[in-house]
Amino acid sequence: MLKKVYDGSISYVQIMDEYGNVDASLRPDSLGDDKIIDMYKWMSYARALDTKVLSLQRQGRAATYAPLVGQEAEQIGSALAMRKQDYFVPNFRQHGVYLARGYPLDTFFLYWKGYEEGAVVGKEYNALPPIVPVATQTLHAAGIAYAQKFGKTNAVVVTYVGDGGTSEGNFYESLNFAGEFNLPLVTIIENNEWAISEPEKNQTAAPTLAQKAIGAGIPGVQVDGNDVIGVYKVVSDAIANAAAGKGPMLIEALTYRMSMHTTADDPTKYRDDKEVTAWKPRDPILRVKTYLTKKNLWNDKLEQQMADEQLKKIDEAVDKAEQFKPDPRSMFEHVYSFMPETLKQEEDAAIAENFWQTAGGAGE
Amino acid sequence: MMANMVAAINNALDLILQDDKNAVILGEDVGKDGGVFRVTDGLYDKYGADRVIDTPLSEAGIVGTSIGMALGGMHPIAEVQFAGFMYLAFDQLVNHAARYRSRTRSTRSVPMIVRTPVSGGVRTLEHHSDSPEEYYSHIGGLIVVEPSTPYDAKGLMIKASHMNDPVVFLEPTKLYRLFKQDIPEGPYEVEIGKANIVQKGDDLTIITWGTMVPVVKNAVTNSKRSAEIIDLRTINPLDESTIIESVKRTGRAIIVHEAELTYGPGAEVAARIADKAIFELEAPVMRVASASFPYPFPGYENYYIPNELKVQKAIEKIMSY
Ligand SMILES: Cc1ncc(C[n+]2csc(CCOP(=O)(O)OP(=O)(O)O)c2C)c(N)n1
Ligand SMILES: [Mg+2]
Repeated sequence: MLKKVYDGSISYVQIMDEYGNVDASLRPDSLGDDKIIDMYKWMSYARALDTKVLSLQRQGRAATYAPLVGQEAEQIGSALAMRKQDYFVPNFRQHGVYLARGYPLDTFFLYWKGYEEGAVVGKEYNALPPIVPVATQTLHAAGIAYAQKFGKTNAVVVTYVGDGGTSEGNFYESLNFAGEFNLPLVTIIENNEWAISEPEKNQTAAPTLAQKAIGAGIPGVQVDGNDVIGVYKVVSDAIANAAAGKGPMLIEALTYRMSMHTTADDPTKYRDDKEVTAWKPRDPILRVKTYLTKKNLWNDKLEQQMADEQLKKIDEAVDKAEQFKPDPRSMFEHVYSFMPETLKQEEDAAIAENFWQTAGGAGE
Repeated sequence: MMANMVAAINNALDLILQDDKNAVILGEDVGKDGGVFRVTDGLYDKYGADRVIDTPLSEAGIVGTSIGMALGGMHPIAEVQFAGFMYLAFDQLVNHAARYRSRTRSTRSVPMIVRTPVSGGVRTLEHHSDSPEEYYSHIGGLIVVEPSTPYDAKGLMIKASHMNDPVVFLEPTKLYRLFKQDIPEGPYEVEIGKANIVQKGDDLTIITWGTMVPVVKNAVTNSKRSAEIIDLRTINPLDESTIIESVKRTGRAIIVHEAELTYGPGAEVAARIADKAIFELEAPVMRVASASFPYPFPGYENYYIPNELKVQKAIEKIMSY
């Protein structure tokens, strides 16, 4: 006997193309032009923020930083699709999501300046701080999704992972748990085509990453990650689905890492600049601007006004973050929920010796 | 040739690939990129994608398949991009690499090297600065080495490639480019399991390794004491006789490491000194180490890693007995 026992396929969604044309049949009814202006502003804001951290880093005022430039649509589209109660589980590149979820920017800067105080995310934000070990957070996301189901909160968890991250065991395990327990989990693969120096084809023989859902028995879909409307729709649908108890979804957003992996990386070593140039016309912000300009909803004056306002807020946050003074005692005070005798001895000795810093204290 | 540690290891790997046709390098970004620290730079162009392999992003995958390659007759040299991500491969090392020999009564072995950058002091993001030597040293069956000079790095790497055992090769990022040394161009070995007496001395013995070697050297210079400095180079198996012989002569011992204090490798060294040299001791054995919690964010690291002042204070204290 021979019979087909499984049939699966993966769809690709694009609503606004790179010329700013909108497929009206797919455009969500709830998405008026006012919302598109909002999306444009958030994406521009995210890029301005990114530019700022890069310049701080170059001046030695921030530690290593992973830029988001080029990935604004995928991050803003998904962030705006999330409802307030939904829970955001990042890796290390979703600065745009934090921003659009209203996360305090000075705290954001503190993280990238290299202080634990920058990982203090108030409970009201329903989010975890950045997570650096690739794909490990996807399991936490599944666990948090379990907790939402368990607590009947109706919140959905949205987590992000890179194309490279899909090669980690943890990624598969998360999808599998989510499928098995029918968890309210939306996993977004930011397929920016590169994992440091390795192109996506070094990661897998699978022609799409979305199809990894099939093995876990959950739905998977591909979306133009540079199309903010497409991303918004796909993620909104996935969230509505999960909130209705219909389980997890895997979304592969096709985008491109326009810049270096992190400020410690030199992409000229491994990728042709022509590839980057070819992506420039597909810029996620540009196409929305084309659309809005064509409709007379946007102009240079509005652009300037927006940029000034955003930069002002960014600068204020940087100023605030730069006033932060680290207290090394805080390293000892947050290790356990109580202070063990042996750790107290270490702390006392460190304080008595001024943390072995030269006269004057602060050893930075 | 004059070489920093990166160039010395690169040269060693080149010689190993030349000499051993079954040897391959595998890991994340080790090919075209030449590794994020450029340790494998140029080897992809020279040996091709079959022997310098850019793998999918999966540490369990890299180390697990390396074990399989070794069982299959190859000689893998795996790179894990940062020690903080090697925990994802911990199961493969503890449950398999370390045990194949004993559980098969030496009929199977796992000749492989797992290289990984360790320790901090270079303002990295979270998880990029761990000093995990104690974790691997706790597992009999794994060899754990950690050079502090270009010369030792090359010699230990070549020696490791001649061992019929799994070797965890820890490379302190802070020392990668800190200084250059004149090293032989051709192959040579540095013995595994043999510590290096960096400098002779009579007042006290300081046992250290990795990033702390230059820190200890400076502290000793400033202290104006005659300290014998022992660079372990191999963390496991331990060169106990060199330590004991020195401590019996000086009567004082300080162990300095960047790994966390509690249950750190200093405890093992101290216990052995207590076992074998207690009657020669003129002061309690002291440990200088990082505080007993995970490596902090970079803004705090200078308060966390032992520095020269901390070592100097320890020297003053031990000499006051
Ligand atoms: C477990 C783990 N291994 C390795 C690294 C080092 N590293 C950081 S990001 C990265 C590449 C990630 O690529 P991808 O998942 O595509 O995300 P992207 O950086 O493109 O956003 C690597 C190898 C890490 N942080 N964690
Ligand atoms: Mg990527």
